[in-house]
Amino acid sequence: MIYGLIAPGYEMAEVLAATLCAQNKSFKSFDMSTKLKLIGIDVASFGDPFINEPDCRTIVFENKHKRIYKRINISNDGQYLLGGILIGDATAYNLLLQTSVNRIVLSENPEELILGSRGGEQDGAGITSLPDEALICSCEGVTKGDIYNSVIDQGCETLDGIKKYTKAGTGCGGCMPMVKDLMLHTLKAQGKYVRNVICEHFNYSRQELYDLIHIHQLKSYNEVLNILGQSDGCETCKPLVSSLLASLWNEMILNKGNDTAQDSNDRFLANIQKGGSYSVVPRVAGGEITPEKLIVIGELAKKYNLYTKITGGQRIDMFGAHLNDLPFIWEKLIAAGFESGHAYGKGLRTVKSCVGSTWCRFGLHDSVSFAIRIEERYRGIRAPHKFKSAVSGCIRECAEAQSKDFGIIATEKGWNLYVCGNGGSKPQHALLLVSDVDNDTCIKYIDRFLMFYIRTADPLTRTATWLNKMEGGIEYLRNVVVNDSLGMAEKWEAEIEKLVDTYKCEWKEAVENPAIRKRFSHFVNAPEEKDPTIEFVEMRGQKRTPEWKIV
Amino acid sequence: MENRLTKHITTNYQTVNSKIMTDTSNNWLAACRVEDAVENGGVCVKNGEEQIALFYFTRRNEWYATQNECPHRKQMALSRGMIGTLTDEPKVACPFHKKNFSLKTGECLSGDECSIRTYPVKVENGTVYIAVRP
Repeated sequence: MIYGLIAPGYEMAEVLAATLCAQNKSFKSFDMSTKLKLIGIDVASFGDPFINEPDCRTIVFENKHKRIYKRINISNDGQYLLGGILIGDATAYNLLLQTSVNRIVLSENPEELILGSRGGEQDGAGITSLPDEALICSCEGVTKGDIYNSVIDQGCETLDGIKKYTKAGTGCGGCMPMVKDLMLHTLKAQGKYVRNVICEHFNYSRQELYDLIHIHQLKSYNEVLNILGQSDGCETCKPLVSSLLASLWNEMILNKGNDTAQDSNDRFLANIQKGGSYSVVPRVAGGEITPEKLIVIGELAKKYNLYTKITGGQRIDMFGAHLNDLPFIWEKLIAAGFESGHAYGKGLRTVKSCVGSTWCRFGLHDSVSFAIRIEERYRGIRAPHKFKSAVSGCIRECAEAQSKDFGIIATEKGWNLYVCGNGGSKPQHALLLVSDVDNDTCIKYIDRFLMFYIRTADPLTRTATWLNKMEGGIEYLRNVVVNDSLGMAEKWEAEIEKLVDTYKCEWKEAVENPAIRKRFSHFVNAPEEKDPTIEFVEMRGQKRTPEWKIV
Repeated sequence: MENRLTKHITTNYQTVNSKIMTDTSNNWLAACRVEDAVENGGVCVKNGEEQIALFYFTRRNEWYATQNECPHRKQMALSRGMIGTLTDEPKVACPFHKKNFSLKTGECLSGDECSIRTYPVKVENGTVYIAVRP
């Protein structure tokens, strides 16, 4: 009999250790319930999955369309869950296992165990109905009571704390969602305010940290960590704090000390691509570019052998640059009048525009000029996530403004401003914030909208998700932005004005500052040499990266 | 279980191995000057065909060296990763998919089987040395 699971493995090791120490212990059969982590499909079985009628009664749910099969076996008196099989959807596994192992008396409608309750949703009732001795982590033998006690008696208020104290979740990790639910439930039951803290180094939410950094006037990641955090940081808090510092002070992000607190793309002011090369995206505000500038891009791409592609945001992306070549490429771009496009940062990407009234026979206003004005106003401002914009010259909406974080559409009387739209994995149309406003009013409202977003959104939250979570939704947002219901408008406008005034092209600073420029080399002990492992293959007359190497 | 045993053996074998290397004097690679290393971050050191990531964990006053290649997708990238701690264990996060590796043992802390090679580091008279295979 091969068990192949970690818990029987530990048990066998204990038997072996006991035997070696001349103690009497033998291995008895083990509960073989398990949830397998197969790629692409969830599979789980628990209790006695194969018992058949007449020894039990079975309830089977099959959905061939979604490729889900669930079967539970209940005792003939309908009182207990004896076992079952889950294929395609094993989310209920932990709860079913506990119900079976702890012989919890079933409700009148045991089918709800696999179908879900229809009506009268009872949030978290699953966990609360478990007895204290219910085994939550079967790898390490941790019960619900152990976890409960770790929260109440030991003050563990984080998953890491519970893991450290109880060892729950340190084996296969499959029980972590349940441990988290238990933790949150226990904390809430204690009347504790459950906070969305950043990581083990900062016991604050993003919003709290924003205010604290402002109040303490902190300028570097190390200062923030020393005064507000603990230990030595990680890849979660470093980019988050760096983004807050940039949103607050707008200083060069690669200044000594802050450089290594940037996410990899920000650290090298370029997007790392498969294979370890980088891409180069200069700003092409509003998508307007002169033939001279197009030639410069073409010549540079030829000289450095770069793959070129028009991006979704009306810009030109050059791929396949060696780290060492980046300062040389940017030096030439800057000399030709280009600047950083911030494609690597969490900030404004692009303000797309249709050609507008200067050429189009339908155009109501000059959408290109307005797009350029907006792009140059908000360029380089760091936010909780990237944000995009567009301006359309009429209701035909060729710039697709309603899919942007803020989008503007010309009307007979002015501009309509839409906010919190999103393309991406969950497309969402932007909602109308105000109608028929003039240029300056439109910009004033965008100022307030952006500052409100920068100050209050959770990390890595786009404006659409931010709005979805906002109590009161678009009505509330309109009240804050248009009617100034929080009385913050003047302050936010001043803050944005400061960011606009302190804007500098990061790439210009990087190529002109020898200490920063020195970092754009692959080998510290052979600064002239490029990474020899970077390879390209040919495709349609250009280069591309080879596929990931088989691991 | 088997995994744990392997890890245990590998860790101990490496400790023995690094002791031997410490005692041998002729396989220390002079990697760079202290001021050339990046504070609280990594640089990449060329050792013939081999690439080594050298980390100066200034906050802890510690030096670490590992292979530069991330074993997950075979990318030469670890020296460009962010370093930090996971409950006091110093670690590096690969810039590609944020796999975490212990800087002390090379063990993957993101639940994967892969691990990375680590190298002993010493600093003498302002020069950083990495113990490499002769």
